Amino acid sequence: MPWDRNQMAERAAQELEDGMYVNLGIGIPTLVANYVGDKDITLQSENGMLGMGPFPFEGEEDPDLINAGKQTITEMDRTAYFDSAQSFGMIRGGKIAAAILGAMEVAENGDLANWMIPGKLVKGMGGAMDLVAGVGRVIVVMDHTNKHGVSKLLKECTLPLTGAGVVDRIITNLGVLDVVEGGLKIVETAPDVSEDDLRAATEATLV
Amino acid sequence: MKKIYANATEALDGLLRDDMLIAAGGFGLCGIPELLLEAIKDSGVKNLTFASNNAGVDDFGIGILLQTGQVSKMMSSYVGENDEFMRQYLSGELEIEFNPQGTLAERMRAGGCGIPGFYTKTGVGTQVAEGKEHKDFNGETYIMEEGIFADLSIVKAWKADETGNCIFRKTARNFNPPAAMCGKVCVMEVEEIVPVGTLDPDHIHLPGIYVHRLIQGEHEKRIEQRTVRQKEGA
Repeated sequence: MPWDRNQMAERAAQELEDGMYVNLGIGIPTLVANYVGDKDITLQSENGMLGMGPFPFEGEEDPDLINAGKQTITEMDRTAYFDSAQSFGMIRGGKIAAAILGAMEVAENGDLANWMIPGKLVKGMGGAMDLVAGVGRVIVVMDHTNKHGVSKLLKECTLPLTGAGVVDRIITNLGVLDVVEGGLKIVETAPDVSEDDLRAATEATLV
Repeated sequence: MKKIYANATEALDGLLRDDMLIAAGGFGLCGIPELLLEAIKDSGVKNLTFASNNAGVDDFGIGILLQTGQVSKMMSSYVGENDEFMRQYLSGELEIEFNPQGTLAERMRAGGCGIPGFYTKTGVGTQVAEGKEHKDFNGETYIMEEGIFADLSIVKAWKADETGNCIFRKTARNFNPPAAMCGKVCVMEVEEIVPVGTLDPDHIHLPGIYVHRLIQGEHEKRIEQRTVRQKEGA
């Protein structure tokens, strides 16, 4: 059985270690926060906050307190606020241990595409280019194939890049792969998914 | 040195002209200078370029200046929430220069610090790097990005004293300090102006040296994505 969204998030949470400062992207990566358990993880929101708490209870929303997805959130005892230049200073400066984010395509050399599709509406890269260029470790969480069944793990990205050679690890519904010299290396497969199943769904070179 | 003005229109008097570059604070609709944007709309100046992370929504934030056709170019990182923006962009009425969010923030900060250019690895190997100077440092490739020197900064803080020393509240700080720093003139709107000596000097987020004109006013502070959780057992 391939992993579902929550199981992918649960698997991604295993990548996090006690004491890490981490940035989570929108979508499945946001769910990772539900599975960190007892680990002492501090979440960064790139609009200017370390120590991001959960959504507020109804009636307690604060327009001055949002995450990078513009959703209302809460603060914690450890929270610190800062401006956007400092926020991206800590990202660019390598102070954030890891970013977990979604993707449209990943190539076997670690190239990542997740910000624009030519000919379609382009909304902008937001902070994605800064994050993938700056953080210690880039972990992509995405479905292994697109809705047409075509591999999203490619020899080369077809879409404009968000970052070149930036991805370290990919967690898909079929398994976990690392970007290594010469291609992608299977680290593990989802329960009842064989390495052959995973190979068949992958265009990228597997080493 | 009187910095306090009665309202946004008076605070902007003599500062606005067509074709100018304005740096604006805010992230989404959080911490935007909503009163000053309204006054810029009323002034009728046009062909404006905005350095601003986002472009507001159709009827709030910079969106109100798009509806009146006063903006010709945006320097932004993300513009997804605005239908009128997309219409003007697709029809060619509006030019957009996409900047990675951290590059945009640093370009403002740099401009405010007298730094005309800096090197960053953000965007190397992507469309963003096209046409920019590349340079290697310690075996890694970087691109040069230029500081932003705006004609005018419009920003929003929570509280300021009469000299413009100010503090921001929670994530409403965002782009406001770097935007404030990079303008030749900075006009700030706050929720409350307090007497000098009221704010703890150790807790000032942005010193008044960056703030030339100051107004106090009522803010709508609209929420863009209202997300909540249920109480346990509810």
